Amino acid sequence: MRKLLFPLFSLVVLASLVLAACGTPVAATPITVEVTRIVTSEAPAATEAPAATEPPAAGEATPTTAAAEEPAPPVAGGERLQAIMDRGQVICGVHGTFQGFGFVESDGSWTGFDVDFCRAWAAALFNDANAVEFRGLSAQERFTALQSGEVDVLARNSTWTWSRDVDLGLTFGPVNFYDGQAIMAKRDIVDDPAAGLAALEGANVCVQSGTTTELNLADQFRAAGVTYTPVVFEDQNAAFQAYDEGRCDAITSDRSQLATQGQAVLQNFADHVILDVVMSKEPLAPAVSDGDPRWAEVVQWVVYGMIQAEELGINSQNVDEFLTSEDPVVRRLLGAEGELGAMLGLSNDFIYRVIKLVGNYGEVYDRNLSTFNLARGQNELWTKGGLMYSPPFR
Amino acid sequence: MDIRTLWRDIRFLKLLAQLIFIVVLVVVAAYLYINVTTNLARQGLTMGYGFMNNPASFGIGESFLSYDPSDTYARALLVGLVNTLVVSGLGIVLTTIVGVLAGVARLSSNWLINRFAAAYVGVIRNTPLLLQLMFWYFGVIIQLPAVRQAITLPGPVFLTQRGIYMIWGEGTSTFPAWRVFIILALISIFVIWYALRYAQKRASVPLSPWWNLAYIFIPAFILWIGYVIQPVPPIQATVPELSGLNFRGGVRLTPEFAALLFGLVVYTGAFIAEIVRAGIQAVSRGQVEAARSLGLSTGQTLRLVVFPQALRIMVPPVTSQYLNLAKNSSLAIAIGYPDLFSVAGTVFNQTGAAIEIITIMMLSYLSISLLTSILMNIYNRRIQLVER
Repeated sequence: MRKLLFPLFSLVVLASLVLAACGTPVAATPITVEVTRIVTSEAPAATEAPAATEPPAAGEATPTTAAAEEPAPPVAGGERLQAIMDRGQVICGVHGTFQGFGFVESDGSWTGFDVDFCRAWAAALFNDANAVEFRGLSAQERFTALQSGEVDVLARNSTWTWSRDVDLGLTFGPVNFYDGQAIMAKRDIVDDPAAGLAALEGANVCVQSGTTTELNLADQFRAAGVTYTPVVFEDQNAAFQAYDEGRCDAITSDRSQLATQGQAVLQNFADHVILDVVMSKEPLAPAVSDGDPRWAEVVQWVVYGMIQAEELGINSQNVDEFLTSEDPVVRRLLGAEGELGAMLGLSNDFIYRVIKLVGNYGEVYDRNLSTFNLARGQNELWTKGGLMYSPPFR
Repeated sequence: MDIRTLWRDIRFLKLLAQLIFIVVLVVVAAYLYINVTTNLARQGLTMGYGFMNNPASFGIGESFLSYDPSDTYARALLVGLVNTLVVSGLGIVLTTIVGVLAGVARLSSNWLINRFAAAYVGVIRNTPLLLQLMFWYFGVIIQLPAVRQAITLPGPVFLTQRGIYMIWGEGTSTFPAWRVFIILALISIFVIWYALRYAQKRASVPLSPWWNLAYIFIPAFILWIGYVIQPVPPIQATVPELSGLNFRGGVRLTPEFAALLFGLVVYTGAFIAEIVRAGIQAVSRGQVEAARSLGLSTGQTLRLVVFPQALRIMVPPVTSQYLNLAKNSSLAIAIGYPDLFSVAGTVFNQTGAAIEIITIMMLSYLSISLLTSILMNIYNRRIQLVER
């Protein structure tokens, strides 16, 4: 019997490996059938033009409007969306140590601008703003986590750039924060915010690794013909600390990051000045992985819904009153009329859920960023001179 | 052939085991490969090293090679690799010194030195390296005064927040001409060594120790000839001097490099100290007693009897510690030193080529480690006991 033990054991190991190879989780398994289906049915909509004015490409029977709470039947081209619905929560990649945008409070709760958008997606899908699992991601690993399927959506103040869209195979949602890269220096080196980069000749500049910031820093200083020395840190907080202690003369990051982290982390924010120089455009947008247009559409239209709601004056306080409104624009947005939600595979009142449980764009902005005196600026509605513009919900 | 005798045949069992192992390996590898390629294809991503020729467009804080943001990604990775090699090489040399000193101090009969070394080893070994690096960087180096109020040590060595500035030699215009003579002088030392060894073997009585003076006089003579031909000395000391906001001249250790070096050296030194102590204590007391009874002094006993035997025990674990030091240098990214891991991380973030970059990193660290262990194994084999 003992002689049979070893070959038997090897056979068991072999069998278990073969079984494991066949029974892998949905996100990772390559199923060729799914691949061809996505390509043929969704090819015209493969690029992320949010054309919800067109009827959905696949003409399959949409779920009935009555059963709003139950998981919808399989949605065309919606492998990931289906997986999320089955799972019952959204896995959201966020920052974790960036106050105002993605931060873990001392009691373990997550707060922030991007965090609230994660809650909005959860509210839209599950009528529960807490059906989210947050993953704090570093700048280095955020895109790999998204590509590999570890997170469903990345809401981590990531700039929408060509290479990320095309090279990395990501699909970006609408810009939820228009930002720009800026540079902050000590007042005893540069006092006037209107000074140009030439005032920082020969400076040591702290910068975070793995971001567009490094690239823009090099490009802008090269264009201005100014020499500098970068000091590159993996962690943004380490960069701020080194800057504060005097290791660097200046620190560069997105203007919003400089303002929020600066006030939160630096010893005396008044001793520092953020120069007016705009080193780059930084449109911050949520991102999903390529290949799942349904989920991308859900992400997009929830954000647009929040912007549209603010434009119509709907907020979490008065959304119930607006349900009884006679205005067809409002009725379509909140799902009292039409089948917009059902076309996506969600309940028709998904925007109502979002506004009720999380709030509109302005509420989310004020809740998280008003303490840092970050003016809306370009993030104001288009009706008030800003850039926030939602396509119509019809 | 009865099936039962087949199971009992050891050759058959060995063959079967090999076969099963190969099959399992192939299945696992194939599964991983198919998984990766299919998932990449599903998202429309491709693998390839074409990005290496694109301009890097990011700056690197310090480099021992010339580098400009318009250089290629390949050049940036090379700069990162050289940074890692410099820190690892220098670290290995310094940590050996620190480790041996601490290990021998641990065995000292002087109570204060003994306890001091024990405290050093105990504290350093039991705290995480990242914590120690953070301490060195944020707690020590950055807390140094600003450039204008530098701490001056004899040398002169200036300790500032922006770096440690030291006196350094710089090649003057006559350095190329002098190179020949310097090389000749170094070669002559080796020649004298072999010559004396050969003469010692041929002689029946020990050579007079006065012959050792040849080590000094003959190279000096060669250098004197060089001086006669080229009166200007080849190396000129440059002293760092404060001018404006910075020091000019001398050599500068950036705070990141200094913190990384000190952190790694101190950390690995504690481990090497314990290995040295273990090696020395492993030599049996009988050896020491025999040496003392032959009339050798303590110093001679340690040098001629104990240490050579202890070395054989020490070399393999110390090799592991060298490899640890080389790999631990990848923590440099936490304190801003642009080593290979840091630069590769930036390249990966700009290009998104995760698998290619990680492969490069793994191969680089693997090569560094293999090279170190090959060299140390050669040394190990040379000092091993030759048994008849």
